[in-house]
Amino acid sequence: MKILILGAGQVGSSVAESLVSEANDITVVDSDGEKLRQLQDRLDLRTLVGNAAHPSVLEQAGIADTDMLLAVTQSDEVNMVACKLAASLYNTPTRIARIRSADFLARQEVFSKENFCVDFSICPEQILTDYIVKLIEFPEALQVLKFSQDKASLVAVRAFQGGPLVGKPLSYLRTHMPQVETRVAAIFRKNGPLIPEGSTVIEEGDEIFFIAATDSIRSVLKEMRRMDKPARRVMIVGGGNIGRRLAKALERDYEVKLIEYNKNACKKLAGELTRTLVLNGDGTDERLLQEEHVGDVDVFCALTNDDENNIMSALLAKQGGAGKVIALINRSAYVDLLQGGNIDIALSPAQVTIGSLLAYVRMGDVVAVHSLRRGAAEVLELVAHGDRQSSRVVGRRIDEIDLPKGATIGALVRGDDVIMGHHDAVIEAEDHVIVFVINKAMVRKVEKLFQVNVGFF
Amino acid sequence: MQRTLSVIRALGLMLMVFSVSYLLPLATSWINHDGTLIEFLLAMVWTASIGFVMWLLTRRYRSELSVRHGYLLVVTMWAAMPAFATLPLLLAIKGLSFTGAYFETMSGLTTTGGTVLTGLDDLPPAINIWRHELNWLGGMGIIVLAVAILPLLGVGGRQLFKAETPGPMKDAALAPRITETARNLWLVYLAITIACIASLKTVGMSWLDAICHAFATMGLGGFSTHDANIAYFNSPAIEFVLIVFMLLAAMNFATHFLVWREKSLKLYLQDAEAVATVALVLASCLGIAVFLWWQGTYPTFWTSLRYASFNLVSMATDCGFSSADFNRWPIFAPMWMLFLSCITVSAGSTGGGIKMVRTLVLFKQAGREFLKLLHPAAVNPMKIGGSVVPNNIVFAVLGFIFLYFMTVATLTFALLISGLDFISAFSAVIACINNAGPGLGVVGPTSNYGVLSDFQIWICTIAMLVGRLEIFTVLILFTPHFWRR
Repeated sequence: MKILILGAGQVGSSVAESLVSEANDITVVDSDGEKLRQLQDRLDLRTLVGNAAHPSVLEQAGIADTDMLLAVTQSDEVNMVACKLAASLYNTPTRIARIRSADFLARQEVFSKENFCVDFSICPEQILTDYIVKLIEFPEALQVLKFSQDKASLVAVRAFQGGPLVGKPLSYLRTHMPQVETRVAAIFRKNGPLIPEGSTVIEEGDEIFFIAATDSIRSVLKEMRRMDKPARRVMIVGGGNIGRRLAKALERDYEVKLIEYNKNACKKLAGELTRTLVLNGDGTDERLLQEEHVGDVDVFCALTNDDENNIMSALLAKQGGAGKVIALINRSAYVDLLQGGNIDIALSPAQVTIGSLLAYVRMGDVVAVHSLRRGAAEVLELVAHGDRQSSRVVGRRIDEIDLPKGATIGALVRGDDVIMGHHDAVIEAEDHVIVFVINKAMVRKVEKLFQVNVGFF
Repeated sequence: MQRTLSVIRALGLMLMVFSVSYLLPLATSWINHDGTLIEFLLAMVWTASIGFVMWLLTRRYRSELSVRHGYLLVVTMWAAMPAFATLPLLLAIKGLSFTGAYFETMSGLTTTGGTVLTGLDDLPPAINIWRHELNWLGGMGIIVLAVAILPLLGVGGRQLFKAETPGPMKDAALAPRITETARNLWLVYLAITIACIASLKTVGMSWLDAICHAFATMGLGGFSTHDANIAYFNSPAIEFVLIVFMLLAAMNFATHFLVWREKSLKLYLQDAEAVATVALVLASCLGIAVFLWWQGTYPTFWTSLRYASFNLVSMATDCGFSSADFNRWPIFAPMWMLFLSCITVSAGSTGGGIKMVRTLVLFKQAGREFLKLLHPAAVNPMKIGGSVVPNNIVFAVLGFIFLYFMTVATLTFALLISGLDFISAFSAVIACINNAGPGLGVVGPTSNYGVLSDFQIWICTIAMLVGRLEIFTVLILFTPHFWRR
């Protein structure tokens, strides 16, 4: 597929990195030649320097035969104009724009065909904020993913010594705790990912990924491990786009402290936020952290623009006694470096955003694609269409379906119900099916499996 | 020189407009045949002529007034109008000195409500209407009226608004243009006054009493047509109606306007001052009621609540009505009422004192200081009603509080030197500077200011003027900076 990406910032470059490995033709446009050079050095794609909204630049970038336009520059307005031009002048089939401003997002008419022709607007900052809020809501969780409009959730927890499952096989779940409606999707053990079978025995330190209906998550967590006390105190370092949104989202229900280095930004933040304590200082200053009782903090979030600062302040906080520390890390190399270390959750903004974004890149009825932590697996949400004749999945029991090796069906969402993917469940038309695959290469095979025969139409 | 002449021109225009206000007492006099028709006619002609002559001589000087001259204009107007208003009183009441009459009219226009007169019940109705009309007009500030009318006559309005409008946040504009703002506020004021008149008539007052007391209530003045003040009626219903309207008048009229325009009562809750005012008053009513009952001043809780509420609301809103001799209550209660008279009403209302918005700023500043001690790195701007209050306004408020305190101290010492006892002196100054009305001691609710010496009366008059114009406006005329070019 031919993809044109406008903007080589964090989202633009990480999306490019993600897509280039799947045999797509990628062109990236940015006004900063240096950024493009760095990108071109690493990846097999075409780059172009210029103003992303100018028609001549777009034409040079090959918009005429582009299948999908991804406008993710720093400016909402440039993104919207590019989409409009792409639609009116060049008939680009799919146009996605990154929109930060809450004002625009509140008026969906702005993106309609009569106005700016944006098929799909994303706000990575908002997606990230929502994600962190979810992580804070479940203090014991290491990753939380939502499916099917939040009807089903996938949560990752670490098995601790003495927990109810340690030393037991997975089949124990279904037999011994039948009221617990959940299924283990994947396990990550010290060396690498495992495909869970009924006979897999859980060891201490395993990271278990399990899927359940969103409403049941709390009760499932209670069964799986001793529930941590709900979080009350949150400390955020970095009052930028994400930090500010997060503070706003949390300040009503939690005690929030926000550390920001820039004095003027502090004043603006203090004006906007009502119950957050805004502190002017350096998040890597251990004296400041001690003064503000970082040891009593339940969740510490390092969300500045600087990876190194985030890592340092997160490590300091953890050492100072904070409960769970989350750090925003853009460079994927650092993410791998830190996993399993003192930082509980290393968030890559691109990773969190890409999930929903990538669904548009794929064929068929793929609704969402997410990567589990530490590359444990990929999770797909697909819609099953057709009937027993035209489809290879509809009307069949799960154990009858010819799934490629390394793929498992985790759960089905039918209307408002979440049905666990046990071997005797039957897939019906229009079900949202959640599938786990051990690596990316399998994704295509699963997609093909769900495609209906041409004769359906 | 030119500018000063423009001031005189504006003054002349103001006096001509002011003379129109004599029409109401004229009408009253005619209807009631109370024999004061000639006096009011004379006063009206006299005021109008002087005004006309002043205008005639200076009508060429139409320069836009600077802020400095704005202050001069406001102070002169507030000193001159009561002087002209004394005429009917001097003519109609035997034995009234100019000192007394000037105090009376100043008390009327500054909506204080302290009186030097006795025998109010026997006064001609027109005289009473005149006294109460001064309360009503003073309430909205004749300035606001003038801002709506005078621009038509060629006198710019902004500088007057800056000088006159109370409170630190003067720029919350209701309408793009100042005349529209003034007109809106005046309409709201008029509407609520009419509602008050109607309510009072319904609960049993006569037309004269209803109109007079409505005027005094809306202006938060406190004049009455009876020596015994509201105790004369001995009616819980009247007291209740008055409490409601006193509280309404103690809120920012801009809020009333917004509520009416947006048709939403929820806006009252969003007005930080209104919420604080009402909460403070209600809590105090209950507290003082319990206190008086406990002290045995009143036999039952409900009686105690009735008298405590009315008098407390009256003093707290700087109105000045009384339904009991609170001079005789255990000293804690009237002292608390005097304290409330300093801090309670909202800016943009017709009351006096330092205004609730400044009270809020002071308390919040104290809170900020505490937070700073615990969290030295914190950035914590002051917020009132969700919007940030810049530091320069906080400083202005602190400066104001100091001046207020020093003025009270100076005037109290002046009264003490003249031989007055402490309670009377202190309470008289507080009551006058807050434009509340009755004090304690010899100037208590069952007494009046007529018992004071001339010197003491002038001190009180000065206190009323300085208080009404929010200290700075008057005192700035005495600084050398003002007169340097």
